[in-house]
Amino acid sequence: MTQASSSHSLPSRCTRREFIERGACALGAGVAVLVIGPAAVGSGSTATQPTATAPGAYDWTKHKYVYVIDTRKCIGCGACVRACTRENDVPPHYFRTWVERYQVSRTGDVNVESPNGAMDGFEPEVTGDDVTKAFFFPKLCCHCTNTPCVQLCPVGASYRTLDGVVLVDQKRCIGCGYCVQGCPYGTRFIHPVTHTASKCTLCYHRLTRGLTTACVQACPVGARMLGDTKKVGDRVAEIIATERVQVLQPELLTEPNCYYLGFSREAR
Amino acid sequence: MAEQAGYLFPNDLHILWMLMIVMYPYITGLVAGAFILSSLYHVFGRNELRPIGRLSLVASLGFLLFAPMTLMLHLGHPERGFNIMVTPNVSSAMAMFGFIYAAYLTLLLFEIWLVHRADIIVLASRSRGLLRTFYKVLALGVYDVSGEAKRIDHRVLVVLAAIGIPGASLLHGYVGFIFGAVKANPWWSTPLMPIIFLCSAIVSGIAMVVILYQIGMKFSGRRIDAPCMQSLARWLWLFVILSVTLELLEIMTLAYERAEEWTVIGPLLSDQLAFSFIGLQMVLGAMVPIILLGIVVLMSQYLSDQIRNTLCFVASLLLLVQVFAMRWNVVVGGQIFSKSLRGFRSGHSPGLFEKEGIILAVLIFVLPLLFIGLFNKILPVFERPESAEEAEGKQGLPAGAAPLL
Repeated sequence: MTQASSSHSLPSRCTRREFIERGACALGAGVAVLVIGPAAVGSGSTATQPTATAPGAYDWTKHKYVYVIDTRKCIGCGACVRACTRENDVPPHYFRTWVERYQVSRTGDVNVESPNGAMDGFEPEVTGDDVTKAFFFPKLCCHCTNTPCVQLCPVGASYRTLDGVVLVDQKRCIGCGYCVQGCPYGTRFIHPVTHTASKCTLCYHRLTRGLTTACVQACPVGARMLGDTKKVGDRVAEIIATERVQVLQPELLTEPNCYYLGFSREAR
Repeated sequence: MAEQAGYLFPNDLHILWMLMIVMYPYITGLVAGAFILSSLYHVFGRNELRPIGRLSLVASLGFLLFAPMTLMLHLGHPERGFNIMVTPNVSSAMAMFGFIYAAYLTLLLFEIWLVHRADIIVLASRSRGLLRTFYKVLALGVYDVSGEAKRIDHRVLVVLAAIGIPGASLLHGYVGFIFGAVKANPWWSTPLMPIIFLCSAIVSGIAMVVILYQIGMKFSGRRIDAPCMQSLARWLWLFVILSVTLELLEIMTLAYERAEEWTVIGPLLSDQLAFSFIGLQMVLGAMVPIILLGIVVLMSQYLSDQIRNTLCFVASLLLLVQVFAMRWNVVVGGQIFSKSLRGFRSGHSPGLFEKEGIILAVLIFVLPLLFIGLFNKILPVFERPESAEEAEGKQGLPAGAAPLL
């Protein structure tokens, strides 16, 4: 009884008036968090993003970009593909980045798909197979160090910047398509309107303003990461240095700068 | 939008190198093949090939002049095409095209001029007015047709033709290299590619000359030289056997090694390219001509001239189809499967009127033939008996010719 009375005595410290007051405050605070919260969080995340700077101040000798994709995190939502398309005005049915879905059955059959590059994500899994392993696999230009596309370009329109980005000079490209044939990863295409080679620029127009790429910014789960190996303590560079990462088709010795965490042998 | 089977990388849905890029190695192949044939006479002294010595050179020039049209029609920005020579990227296989082309064209023009020099002077002396001026311009101010001058001509010609052999081999070997050096594409990426291209180029060149020679003789009412045709058949037979053997060896190696790429190349050949590869390239275009030419080569003494000529003509026509099919299967075939090695897109059917369509392709094929006809109007492509005599050492101008200086 004593215990009971003592336990009963606890609420007795808080009068009904106080209870209502505290409850109202808590409710008010909750509502405030719900209403103002997203805006506050949004502004907070913007604040954590580097603010855009004038491209003139950019020094390409002070950067070396690398890209890491954690396939274990990717949920196949396609936000990156949509963001890339909007940011870079990519024509319909052409892709600077896309997401593949791999489904591996117990018998070893591999089903790969990327409906419209995963622009609208994926349908729920419909295969009747006994799927034992499934994963999403985003792709983009690997910005290879030893890149075949730059080697093949007959007029030098494809080039590699000092900060490690493979670009195409739209005013020089003659539209022969040799680079498109030479890219083992299928990341290049001839733009149907400009008739020149087009590809992922790693959003170079954003990088030179101190921003990250559209796809990295759009990824809701942080599966896509852009790093800078010339930045001291760079988190992404640290992943490449310390984790077991893999690149696409390493046997071709193109030395891609796009690394994958959670790589699986079915991916190509 | 193309139909697809299996998984293709999303950008692989679009075919990029179409009819004009098929035409490009085809036309340059005719250039190289015809030239190498001409060198059999000019350098290696196969005198039985004398009747086609000039024709093969002029045919080579004709096709060479129109070869860049295919590339220009293909380029997204043809107006920037010349940049390939102004700002070439020296690490690019394709960038060398302009230089090899220019060097080869210079050499070929010089050689053709030397071959026709005596005729130019004779024609200049026989003609009047504007035509005379025209031939005098062609003579480039050199009117010496003495025995000594002709001997020098001949010596220079042999040297030029000898340089021309590696030149022609380079021109076409390089076209094969453009494909063979693309490591991203397992159907193209093989060191055998330049050699295969070169062999099939010689096949197409000889076949084209056989056809042009027979048509030329028919139109001019002259007799087809039997030893020449027999020799052409022999060379053609040799090179088609070599060419098809190499083509098959490459595929057999891939299949036997059970390489990763065989998973797509196997179905590509047996299914996607069943008609153009098995039907045209291997059976109708290779097996049949090998049998027809085999008859000509092995049963020569039993054949009348007419049967020999007909067999050679039909075999040559089929071989022209074979080489075209081979180019098609390489260029288009290499784009039917995706670099994902997991899927195929539907084949490519060129339209009629588009930039890379059938009409323009046919035009590019016909224009060199018209050029050869026009050339023949200006300078004889087929040696006349009297000019043959001259070449044997008859000195000075023929009777009735007015002095030029």
